[in-house]
Amino acid sequence: MQFMLLFSRQGKLRLQKWYVPLSDKEKKKITRELVQTVLARKPKMCSFLEWRDLKIVYKRYASLYFCCAIEDQDNELITLEIIHRYVELLDKYFGSVCELDIIFNFEKAYFILDEFLLGGEVQETSKKNVLKAIEQADLLQEKTENMFHSKSFIGSKKAY
Amino acid sequence: MVAPSLKLQDLIEEIRGAKTQAQEREVIQKECAHIRASFREGDPLHRHRQLAKLLYVHMLGYPAHFGQMECLKLIASPRFTDKRVGYLGAMLLLDERQDAHLLITNSIKNDLSQGIQPVQGLALCTLSTMGSAEMCQDLATEVEKLLLQPSPYVRKKAILTAVHIIRKVPELSNIFLPSCAQLLHERHHGVLLGTITLITELCERSPAALRHFRKVVPQLVQKLRTLVTTGYSTEHSISGVSDPFLQVQILRLLRILGRNHEESSEAMNDLLAQVATNTDTSRNAGSAVLFETVLTIMDIPSAAGLRVLAINILGRFLLHSDKNIRYVALMSLLRLVQSDHNAVQRHRPTVVDCLQETDASLSRRALELSLALVNSSNVRAMTRELQAFLESCPPDLRADCASGILLAAERFAPTKRWHMDTILHVLTTAGTYVRDDAVANLTQLIAGAQELHAYSVRRLYSALAEDISQQPLVQVAAWCIGEYGDLLLEGNCEDIEPLQVEEEEVLALLERVLQSHMSLPATRGYALTALMKLSTRLRGDNNRIRQVVSIYGSCLDVELQQRAVEYNALFRKYDHMRAAILEKMPLVERGGPQVDEEAKESKAAAKLSEAAPVPAEPQASKLLDLLDLLDGPSEDAQHPPPLDPSPGGALVQLLDLPYAPPPPAPIPSLKVFEREGVQLNLSFIRPPGTPALLLITVTVTNSSGGDVTHFICQAAVPKSFQLQLQAPTGDTVPAQGGLPITQLFRILNPNKTPLRLKLRLTYNHFGQPVQEIFEVNNLPVETWQ
Repeated sequence: MQFMLLFSRQGKLRLQKWYVPLSDKEKKKITRELVQTVLARKPKMCSFLEWRDLKIVYKRYASLYFCCAIEDQDNELITLEIIHRYVELLDKYFGSVCELDIIFNFEKAYFILDEFLLGGEVQETSKKNVLKAIEQADLLQEKTENMFHSKSFIGSKKAY
Repeated sequence: MVAPSLKLQDLIEEIRGAKTQAQEREVIQKECAHIRASFREGDPLHRHRQLAKLLYVHMLGYPAHFGQMECLKLIASPRFTDKRVGYLGAMLLLDERQDAHLLITNSIKNDLSQGIQPVQGLALCTLSTMGSAEMCQDLATEVEKLLLQPSPYVRKKAILTAVHIIRKVPELSNIFLPSCAQLLHERHHGVLLGTITLITELCERSPAALRHFRKVVPQLVQKLRTLVTTGYSTEHSISGVSDPFLQVQILRLLRILGRNHEESSEAMNDLLAQVATNTDTSRNAGSAVLFETVLTIMDIPSAAGLRVLAINILGRFLLHSDKNIRYVALMSLLRLVQSDHNAVQRHRPTVVDCLQETDASLSRRALELSLALVNSSNVRAMTRELQAFLESCPPDLRADCASGILLAAERFAPTKRWHMDTILHVLTTAGTYVRDDAVANLTQLIAGAQELHAYSVRRLYSALAEDISQQPLVQVAAWCIGEYGDLLLEGNCEDIEPLQVEEEEVLALLERVLQSHMSLPATRGYALTALMKLSTRLRGDNNRIRQVVSIYGSCLDVELQQRAVEYNALFRKYDHMRAAILEKMPLVERGGPQVDEEAKESKAAAKLSEAAPVPAEPQASKLLDLLDLLDGPSEDAQHPPPLDPSPGGALVQLLDLPYAPPPPAPIPSLKVFEREGVQLNLSFIRPPGTPALLLITVTVTNSSGGDVTHFICQAAVPKSFQLQLQAPTGDTVPAQGGLPITQLFRILNPNKTPLRLKLRLTYNHFGQPVQEIFEVNNLPVETWQ
């Protein structure tokens, strides 16, 4: 996978994970063009399109578009499964995830993604293991916070 | 110290509360100022919070580069909270273009070796996301050490980091190769998946690695078999399919290992058949695995039966209710239609049905595939389907559909009449979308089929009478009426309804075409010439025609005016020769690039390298030149005829002569450029009477397999010269000897100084931009002396 973008129906970016080195300017340009292209698609159209020399796989979940750019030899159908798995992970973690969760806890969205994909490839196919890993990391974070503050934090989803 | 800073979520709320873009900008600028101040002060306690806020505004598109150094500090901190945000910041803000990125190498090294798994995870993740070649070099051995560590959590990440390292620095492959054998025995799905990915990467980059790993094919086959036959597992199954991610990855590796290798592919044949038949495709996960299986079967030397099975699976996919699956099926079939034509043919009806898809990307693929499936046995049926499609398809597909039908008709037409009917139908349905050479092709076809002349002219006349807006149709019809007008008036033809046409009606129709604002200048030219020809074909008197011709003698359009004046002259002074000149045209031999019939009639073809196309200036003097030549038939020999010699040859040639007097002694033309089949030739003319003038014709030809597009040629000459570039005939040279581009340069050299010429070419070839700048050497002396 070359990159993954999450954006709203109004075209606001909610997450961007780039697995190829590009300048900020190029990233902005690609994002702008791709968001425009995807938002222009009608609801009944298929989830795949060819854009520049990449294959784009996108799927809309409620108000969010999940959009991945894959290479020519990659399997589009399994990429749909990757997107779906990521949504399931978010859903499990946040409990019935909605766009607001991803807006207010964007770092968590990144952390979860980073436990599922690494360097653009799937690293863990067990939902359980991914969620366990996040839990461990959250716990470790809590522990270190407790060491530095007298107040204790409840739950791992608290704000910074 | 500044006031306690905003919490991240509070800032997000504030930003979202802003009602306008300007307000949002204000909030963010204010906050960024605080963040900057906080960074300057070096507050370690809240640094992670400040950076988190900065990362949020960065995602909204605001600059955040001043946070880069803070990432470094956070990564170096012992607190996990700091590291988490710091590494995230590094992945978002740092990349290999900034020098700062190298500074985290040391921190990563430390974090990799200190044994706390979540921390190691962060470090590996960051390295695999934004690690540059230098970082990879420095850290490769650290990563390698982690490959065989006990914890699968770290191992799976280390393996994928190794994949990234190899992508950045292929020479480091050797470090990671040895561990693969052991890693393959893993039972942990994540580790196994990573290992397969790693082996795939190694094999794709090195033929030696590929040979080395062929021996694990049996092991891979076994693993896949176990997966497929294992029952449901809550942890790894999706919709009843065991770990489809892993299955797909194994299938991909098998494809690479089995490619071009009989032994390996034989070892996997059975398994592939098993997966192909047993996978449940009611949900997408199963279809994904099946799809990968099909791709693998088709890419390795499989048994014929297996290949047919695979294509049939794709055929089944075409009927699937999920349009995504139909899409991948169409794409794959398109790739396979050449190599496995017969197997794909079996699914032709389904493919044709897909033309009705509402999604344009599907209908486009279906169109491409349908066109590829046309052969001599199904051409009639397929053309009917495609014509029906042409009538209702979306505009952006019309051009491709029209040219596809015409091409198929050309290749497989069972009879000439069918061919003619098909072209006629395309022209009437989608005339504005056809390519330029369709007109030439059709006139060629009609001219060559004598038995069809009567039929053609009648059909075209009827079509024209109905609609004079579709230019290609009008042009062909006008030409045909001009050539065969006598047959039109005869009244009977076995093949179609008898049509009674009066002479006046025919003339009126052509006049309508001439006067219509919808007619292009070229179309008018056809109509005028047709009228002229009719003067010899029709039995009535020619007053009406003479009137029209003389009116157009003062037409503003230069081309029409020239023709009209010449035709007038034919009426007035050379009436005795009119019949001979306007005789039916002999068949033009088709060879090399198609040249429009009209171009032959009125201008010198570009193929004539000796003559230069002179900018058209309709003047009586030019006409006199033509008339002079009429007196001296012996001069004809000097002009290389573009047409084959034929009984009316000498007379026909007259209409093809360039309007300039013959050049005194031809200057040898020069090949100045050649690159991958693209060639540039210069030919030179020094018109007598203007000693300072040099006309250069640049001809660009293309014998390669790829089209040349966006071709631009620029020239420069020394200061004492005057250079004028005329517009080129186009900017595209199709592959395999397609129609060349020609361009005329006019160079004035009053001082007779030696000519120097520098050319700059830019074009696209094989998908790559090409730029060439060079000076032309070996210019013949005659060009300037």
